[in-house]
Amino acid sequence: MNFEFSDDQLVMKEEVRKLFEKEDSVKRNRSILEGDENFDKDLWNKVVEMGLTAVTIPEEHGGIGLGFLELCVVAEEMGRAIAPIPYSSSVYLATTAIINSSNDDVKKEYLPKLAAGEMIGTFAHSEELGTPTSDNAKTIFQNGKLSGEKIAVPDGDIADLFVVSAKSGDKVGLFLVDADSKGVEVSKAECFDGSRSYANMSFKDVDAKIIEDSSSEAIDKLLNQAAVLFAFEQVGGAEASMNMAKEYAMGRYAFGRQIGSFQAIKHKLADMYISLTLARSNCYFGAWALGNDAPELPVAAATARVSATKAFYECSKENIQTHGGMGATWEFDCHLFYRRARLLSANIGGQSLWKDKLVSSIERSNLPQ
Amino acid sequence: MDFNDTAEEAKFRKEASDWLSANAEKKEHSRDVYRPAEMTGEGGESSALQDAKDWMTKKYEAGWACLHWPKEYGGRDATAIERVIWAQEESKYKVPGGFHEIGQGMAGPTMMLYATEEQKKQYLPPMAKGQEIWCQLFSEPGAGSDLAGIKTKAELDGDTWTINGQKVWTSGAHYSDYAILVTRSDFNAPKHKGLTYFFLDMKSPGIEVRPIRQITGGANFNEVYFTDVKIPDSQRLGEVGDGWKVALTTLMNERLAVGDASGVDFQEIFELTKESDFNGENAISNGGVREKLADWYCEYAGLKYTKMRNISALSRGDTPGPDASITKIVSANKLQDIANFGMDLMDNASIIKSDDKDDIRALFQGSLLGAPLIRIAGGTDEILRNIIAEQVLGMPQDVRVDKTVPFNEIPSGSKN
Repeated sequence: MNFEFSDDQLVMKEEVRKLFEKEDSVKRNRSILEGDENFDKDLWNKVVEMGLTAVTIPEEHGGIGLGFLELCVVAEEMGRAIAPIPYSSSVYLATTAIINSSNDDVKKEYLPKLAAGEMIGTFAHSEELGTPTSDNAKTIFQNGKLSGEKIAVPDGDIADLFVVSAKSGDKVGLFLVDADSKGVEVSKAECFDGSRSYANMSFKDVDAKIIEDSSSEAIDKLLNQAAVLFAFEQVGGAEASMNMAKEYAMGRYAFGRQIGSFQAIKHKLADMYISLTLARSNCYFGAWALGNDAPELPVAAATARVSATKAFYECSKENIQTHGGMGATWEFDCHLFYRRARLLSANIGGQSLWKDKLVSSIERSNLPQ
Repeated sequence: MDFNDTAEEAKFRKEASDWLSANAEKKEHSRDVYRPAEMTGEGGESSALQDAKDWMTKKYEAGWACLHWPKEYGGRDATAIERVIWAQEESKYKVPGGFHEIGQGMAGPTMMLYATEEQKKQYLPPMAKGQEIWCQLFSEPGAGSDLAGIKTKAELDGDTWTINGQKVWTSGAHYSDYAILVTRSDFNAPKHKGLTYFFLDMKSPGIEVRPIRQITGGANFNEVYFTDVKIPDSQRLGEVGDGWKVALTTLMNERLAVGDASGVDFQEIFELTKESDFNGENAISNGGVREKLADWYCEYAGLKYTKMRNISALSRGDTPGPDASITKIVSANKLQDIANFGMDLMDNASIIKSDDKDDIRALFQGSLLGAPLIRIAGGTDEILRNIIAEQVLGMPQDVRVDKTVPFNEIPSGSKN
């Protein structure tokens, strides 16, 4: 049994981690949160230079041609760094949707640009309060034109191209729209996690290309793939939060001793570690299912997603609690992780939705033995 | 990343599986476990005990007992990963077990470090062969989680020690042949410095074993009383006053031996929610029920894949993480909550007691009553959280008021 990342993958992970440490990504997160820029272009360029936008893109389309396992290790470091860049939108979502596509023209045209970081992509999916699923889209695709409205599109004001879910006949498929097409209107929205940018948008008879329109399953598959990658991001953020809490508890003295010597604090940290370990192990199975395009992917993705969402929420909130009053100040970094945990919990469907999906997937598959 | 055996592992697995299929009966499904022919005796173990001894002897004679022990003491010199593979294969068969863990898993490894060569040759092979059962005389009424607070007294006169006192929670004392024992030989020394460790014959005069009836109704544990019990000094393990160090060796092996909590798990509650009626629908259609199922599945899967990560570490020759503590905390609490929720779904039907092992009610009822014991035995939830915080995360120990003062000045036990 070799249920572990390879040495090469771990080296890659270390390199990405070093980049974010050197660039002080957490400080950059705060700059974006407090400033007027919608993302950190300098950090984005460094990520592109390292080839991280090209990881899963085949060599024939200008990529590096590695697999999803490599993307998983990058995702964990993105999460640890709470990087203020549109990486997940462009790489996990838009790039993966196009790689999944059977439309070679779209691949040829867009993948090289995404790989080179010349274009930033995103996925426009949500339409109203509630959960985005594969069948509730009201946006319509007909005769090469797309019309409708999307809300809370991640990096919608940054992206050069949108992968859009829309109804085509009785199916809900995926379509591609260039951001500068006639009929596209984008309005930036204030975001709960100000280190990331979101937008609402409307499409009126916009030219759109078909990514996948023959089955609604394309959206489910994309969301499952993204769920594994986001789960790794959440695990990275959870571990960073736990480590912050531990460092603080070791250095803070009260009642004449380190607060980390009190069982009330130690047991809190132990619970964070338990939650994190379960999430990490479930993520590993998610990575295996994602990398092998295995039939277990729906169960594996939902399991990783649900446990990583739980872990990041618990670790980020208990990190604040461990810090006491200082943890709830603007000045301390705890809230940057708390905000990011909340954003990542909602971005591809909330916890209740994924729990329900998990049980449905277990019902459909054979019971694990 | 894959789940495949290496060529060597596959070869070992085939050898194990070939021997098992020739010598044991395969389970038809996961609940198709070994059942003793007769359920006499207060612990319900009498025929199970002999069956377990005989199965161990059969394994011993074919070289499948105590896999990780050296060959000269009755083992196989197997690697850690081979031990895991054997356990995986053996779990597919209807074979008895549950009596040899303390001897082979805890007393044996301690003897290997501290006994004389002559003693090892005398006691270890019979322990491996399985006809002799060992128990662990550690906990006392005033010393459970705080084990170093024991008061059973050991006094040396010439070459013979005299033991007086009381032990408690001793699994299997009533059918054990030998025991490992921690005593206090110096009440004036600090708590951890005055302990001395022995092994002894459970048939020694002056030992009285009284069963403790647990909340399950069974009696697997005992109180053990010592009245002027004599132990030759040659049966001391480690130096006089060094018993705490020896006990830690034993306890470290206990943490490795403690695994998943047995009883209801995700599969059982999943099946139950598909079958039971809730407002005219199957319970699994209910949103609240589904949320709970999802949470338990995440814990179930998280433990399963954590174990696989540990096995991978063993397979590479690395030491696995200290995640046995996590496994026990999570699985024991999951067991308790699933049992409680399952009985809730059965509603009034769960109130009617069932002893029929094929009745799902008996399974949930038994699990609910057994869970509190599992959350305590082999390290309470609270002690295990301390272990995670201190040994995994490197956090400081609690401030202690009992480490440097003489033992006889420390308050202990219950004052109410």
